[in-house]
Amino acid sequence: MVAGTAQLETVESSDELLVAARGRWDITSVAPIEQRLRELRPGPTVAISIDLAQLEGLDTIGAWLLYRTQRDLRVAGFTAEFRNASADHLLLIEEVSANDQPCEIEPSRGSPLLNVIRHVGAGTTDIAAETAELLGFLGNIVAATAHVLARPRRLRFTSLVYHMEEVGLNAIPIVCLISFLIGVVLAYQGATQLRQFGAEVFVVDLVAISILREIGILLTAIIIAGRSGSAFTAQIGSMKVNEEVDAMRTLGLDPIEILVLPRVLALVISLPLLTFIADLMGLFGGGLMAWITLDISPAVYIERLNQSVGLWSFFIGLIKAPVFAFIIAMIGCFEGLKVVGSAESVGQQTTRAVVEAIFLVIVFDAIFSIFFAFVGV
Amino acid sequence: MVDNAEVIIKVRGLTNQFGRQVVHDALDLDVRKGEIIGVVGGSGTGKSVLLRTIVGLNRPIAGTIEVFGQDVEKPILGEDQRRPQQRWGVLFQDGALFSSLTVAQNIEVPIKEHTDVPQTLMNEIAAYKISLVGLAADAGAKYPSELSGGMRKRAGLARALALDPDILFLDEPTAGLDPIGAAAFDELIKRLRRALGLTVFMVTHDLDSLHAICDRIAVLADKKVLLTGSMGEMLACDHPWVHDYFHGPRARAAQIA
Repeated sequence: MVAGTAQLETVESSDELLVAARGRWDITSVAPIEQRLRELRPGPTVAISIDLAQLEGLDTIGAWLLYRTQRDLRVAGFTAEFRNASADHLLLIEEVSANDQPCEIEPSRGSPLLNVIRHVGAGTTDIAAETAELLGFLGNIVAATAHVLARPRRLRFTSLVYHMEEVGLNAIPIVCLISFLIGVVLAYQGATQLRQFGAEVFVVDLVAISILREIGILLTAIIIAGRSGSAFTAQIGSMKVNEEVDAMRTLGLDPIEILVLPRVLALVISLPLLTFIADLMGLFGGGLMAWITLDISPAVYIERLNQSVGLWSFFIGLIKAPVFAFIIAMIGCFEGLKVVGSAESVGQQTTRAVVEAIFLVIVFDAIFSIFFAFVGV
Repeated sequence: MVDNAEVIIKVRGLTNQFGRQVVHDALDLDVRKGEIIGVVGGSGTGKSVLLRTIVGLNRPIAGTIEVFGQDVEKPILGEDQRRPQQRWGVLFQDGALFSSLTVAQNIEVPIKEHTDVPQTLMNEIAAYKISLVGLAADAGAKYPSELSGGMRKRAGLARALALDPDILFLDEPTAGLDPIGAAAFDELIKRLRRALGLTVFMVTHDLDSLHAICDRIAVLADKKVLLTGSMGEMLACDHPWVHDYFHGPRARAAQIA
């Protein structure tokens, strides 16, 4: 079917304006004549006739234009009639005229300045409300944990192992690769700087202390927040959309106990293990780079490690792991349970979960730093 | 009434297979211009798959499908041809509205994409379609998440009708509607067919709909179209499944109605 053209021809006579509609009047062709129809006025007379005899095709859009033209002309005080309209044309025009019901296309947005203020206000109250809710959720988790501790058989063991595999075992390759590369980078950057002072051997201190105390755990926590925290939100969120969580409640099952606890526990167990692996890989990467660029042999590297790095450096990193794991898992599950309605909401909550988890992990890392400085380790 | 009408959808030798499961095996079906055809069949007989295959969402293993005499698999060359997507409208089961757009904007999507209609006229068209499918005027500015299931269906129908299609595909249009809403939907389809000259291809389980509006019924069973014909022919058929379907307790209730 070739898209036709819609034409309009006007002939003025003494007592009326005759408009001849020609060609196909359908959605593909009416755009050029729309404006002309809107401005159609009979001139000196008050009568206008629209002749449809030569119309080759009409759909509802064409019919709408005909109807609208007639309506507007009549409102303006003219008489407007159709001539030679076939039964099909009249049926369409009647169908359209029965549905003349203007409507809004978008909800009105209000003034932009007010919207900014409203947005800031809503954001502020949201933060307060969310903090309160999160604390409530923390309470729920603690209560559910106590409940499960009293009756250990209630712990969903299969689920726990499954999630440990998902968040722990399956994350090993990416954690290894990234911490190895960071070890390499640290050693290389340290080497180029320290060589200027002839203090190359301190590269070992630099790599070991920064990896063990901070980078190993922080990097792992951030990877896991992006990888598993987001997955928790998406999993629980889509269950929420599917009404699976509601179904659980009606069956007398506690979503916190079934969905949240195994995930939190799995991450609290897995993250220290992943951190340990990250520490090893970081030290390995640093050692390799020190060997290549600075000729520090592995034997010297290990010797220096023993001398300069106390056991506490290692423990400080590892102590933080369960805390960070708890934060990441809690936020992930919390945001997942807050999903309402659509798939769009799942996306939004997932983004929030990752951002909030990383933010809180870094805040808590700072608090740990201050604490450890205070107690002097 | 339309026995000699032009065939608008022609399915020949259609074979669909998912993994090892053969859904359709050399299936043939004709849909004639201007008719309302209802496709019925037990669960898992591939009713929705047939619909999806005809509109090109699923690639068959074998067979040809011609819509408007054009093979849907072949790309259409030349700018002046309207692609089949502009000549059919599809209503999915839950409306499948774009969730980030309002109802009115949803209706405008195909118009914006395929025509150069100015924005003011487009808004008028959207308002008209909203009224046509029986939605209130304030539904236009609402987002799909703010609508009930029945309203989403109507909004989906309005979007399917946006370009004034020649063929309307409906996937279980009355499922999930209350009986009054379902009857109103049937009436709406009938009226639209009369006013717009539509051909309607619908997958349905609703015996009331089949009675009320379908000119012909196609029964899918044994991986083929077992039988096509009017309600009378269905009732006369002695194939066990067809007999159970059209003579079951629910079918009798529908006949009385």
